[in-house]
Amino acid sequence: MPEFCLPDVGEGLTEADIVTWRVAEGDEVRVNDVLVDIETAKSIVELPSPLAGTVGALLAAEGDTVRVGAPIVRIETADTAEEAAPRTAVLVGYGPRDEKAGGRRRRRAGRVAEPVPSAEPEHTASVVALAKPPVRKFAKDHGVDLRAISPADPSGIVTRTDVENELRRTAAPAPAERPAVVGVAEERRVPIAGVRKHTAEAMVESAFTAPHVTEWITVDVSATMELLDQLRADRAFADVKVTATVLVAKAVCLALRRTPDLHARWDGEAGEIVFPAHVGLGVAAATDRGLLVPVVPQADVLPLPELAREIATLVRTAREGSLQPEHMTGGTFTITNVGVFGVDAGTPILNPGQSGILAVGSVERRPWVDEEDRIVPRWITTLACSFDHRVVDGEQGSRFLADVASLLRDPSRAMMF
Amino acid sequence: MTLPMTPQPGALDGEHDLVQLLAPDGTRRHDPRYPLEVDHAQLEGWYRDLVLARRIDTEAFALQRHGELGLWPPALGQEAAQIGSGRALRDQDFVFPTYRQHGVAYCRGIDPALLLGVFRGTELGGWDPQEYRYALPQIIIGAQTLHATGYAMGLLLDGAVGHGDAERDTAAIAYLGDGATSQGDVAEAFVWAASYQAPVVFFCENNQYAISVPLERQTRVPIAQRAAGFGFEGVRVDGNDVLACYAVTRAALDAARQGFGPTLIEAVTYRVGAHTTSDDPTRYREDAETEAWRAKDPIDRVRIHLQRAGSDAAFFASVEAEADQLGAHLREVCGRLPEPDLVGLFDHVYTDVPEELARQRDDAIAWQATDEGGDR
Repeated sequence: MPEFCLPDVGEGLTEADIVTWRVAEGDEVRVNDVLVDIETAKSIVELPSPLAGTVGALLAAEGDTVRVGAPIVRIETADTAEEAAPRTAVLVGYGPRDEKAGGRRRRRAGRVAEPVPSAEPEHTASVVALAKPPVRKFAKDHGVDLRAISPADPSGIVTRTDVENELRRTAAPAPAERPAVVGVAEERRVPIAGVRKHTAEAMVESAFTAPHVTEWITVDVSATMELLDQLRADRAFADVKVTATVLVAKAVCLALRRTPDLHARWDGEAGEIVFPAHVGLGVAAATDRGLLVPVVPQADVLPLPELAREIATLVRTAREGSLQPEHMTGGTFTITNVGVFGVDAGTPILNPGQSGILAVGSVERRPWVDEEDRIVPRWITTLACSFDHRVVDGEQGSRFLADVASLLRDPSRAMMF
Repeated sequence: MTLPMTPQPGALDGEHDLVQLLAPDGTRRHDPRYPLEVDHAQLEGWYRDLVLARRIDTEAFALQRHGELGLWPPALGQEAAQIGSGRALRDQDFVFPTYRQHGVAYCRGIDPALLLGVFRGTELGGWDPQEYRYALPQIIIGAQTLHATGYAMGLLLDGAVGHGDAERDTAAIAYLGDGATSQGDVAEAFVWAASYQAPVVFFCENNQYAISVPLERQTRVPIAQRAAGFGFEGVRVDGNDVLACYAVTRAALDAARQGFGPTLIEAVTYRVGAHTTSDDPTRYREDAETEAWRAKDPIDRVRIHLQRAGSDAAFFASVEAEADQLGAHLREVCGRLPEPDLVGLFDHVYTDVPEELARQRDDAIAWQATDEGGDR
């Protein structure tokens, strides 16, 4: 029965997520009836049917991430007997990278459909497994028989990842028998995709590349809260809500003047530390799609009302889900307001490529000891600043954090910067 | 900062000073500058052209989604601009298109299936430009305006202009988009065309977007106004009105052939679909905007007009059936486009193949022979 393989709908895509099947097994379809919505790295795309006939089998479930070239649906055509399947159409022009050693091209397999990455793929039985020499050596060194591995790639080539997965599988202890628990719902499995996937990759990259140091400071921000009230009454802010985040952003821009190290960039390849000309201020925003960090370009040159407007617009755009990629690039320093979730502070992880990030905790009424040793209720918050210790020493990191804190404790100190 | 970064509201709107001969509701209008008499059979013919042009486009788009093409640039919504101008051409005129003028190629008699090869990656061209007087699609934005101007200057040198002879007088036409008007190439083409009074028509399909960049970022005045600064006439025409596009292009081509020099036509239209199959327009424009333009659909207004004028259901059904056949033809031809031969790369560059290149070619042949199950 002819199969429809996932095409590359966007010039060089390697995979896509199945979003919604518009047909079910047994449905009749005509040519160009919509079969399925897929989500690529670029957009959601409808796939029309290349064939007329009956849907025989859906080969991927909603939520699955499918590699380009893998079959996603079988369609029984009226003249299936004559093998009416079109030649394997994907990979025209572009298509996925052909991950194989040497220059040999894989011939499209005549009129035979692509191998199906099903439970028992046929490669298991092959005498010689396909793999690059370094993968062969890696497998041999670890005592893994390549022929026992089911490659994830529909081309049938075993990759290093496949071998690593096999090692992990064989190394994992057998799951212990657990008594059945009555009344507990089943665990829920959510595919790792989209923003979640990118966040995960960025965090792992950052955490294991930049040696993080985090410093903390607890500060009385009552004066800043008073300033907020004044600014909200000011005509310059008539059309925009000025928030604590805006004043923290301003304080960060000012403090970076004195200690630009906190947004300098480690360029290992060039063997240089790069001091940017302007502050690209990332503002972390929690959205339905996950954590997004839009960037205010040249935040250091913006007057406060402009800064407030830029932040408000970007955060709103992020929440609406219409941020463009260019809105999220060019950041040199990031602010994350974890206080909105009601927590005191946290150790933020750097955005990859940046050297500093500031987490702002919740602003609460707390008992505070004033200059005359009296205990007074004040507005208190905790700031946590992580920095890349390759670029920033404790001295600069501490000075920067102390500067931000002193600006929030006494905003009139801004006159000094 | 309160600098006005965008033009005044309405300054770039399509209604101002626009030549329109068939309103979106199917009503026939008249413009003393562009008198046009069209008989019923001719209008039925143009309706058929519009429907077939749309089918070429939607079928090729689907073929990309089938995985049969690497890319396709849709022309959905721009059919009237292409058919109207394409039908105004004479056989001897020469067309310099972009990658989106599928409807013009159709008017030149090119089998639409020939358009697919480049987008499947099996062809470097697809047809003989001389045979159809239709150049290969230009991918470099705006470069074709220079080619057309150069060709038109050649027509002057050949004395192919200004004889009052319908068979002999010739014009060139360059198609361009609104984004191309920001290119230096286009400004140079305008300068040369104006100063030589070259017989060339610049037909700008202003579809409001250069990929994601809206028209407001290309210009502060209607594009047609730019021509005045270069010293030739600019005309704004409803690009969704096949009659107006025909009449205005015919007049501009006539002027060029008679030796009155270039004209810039701004056909105000809308790219209803994506820039290409790799683009997602929902990221940069509102659905409401697209819907507003759908109400000005170039095919609907002709159908309404024809229905009122007496075309029956059988006529519309026959056009639909023909479109279905054309769709099947495109799928069938696409499925058997020959795979290109790598070695062919070496064949058309040098008359005498240098030794180094010959060695590379031999290596390529040897490498091909190592292919498993080589079926060549």
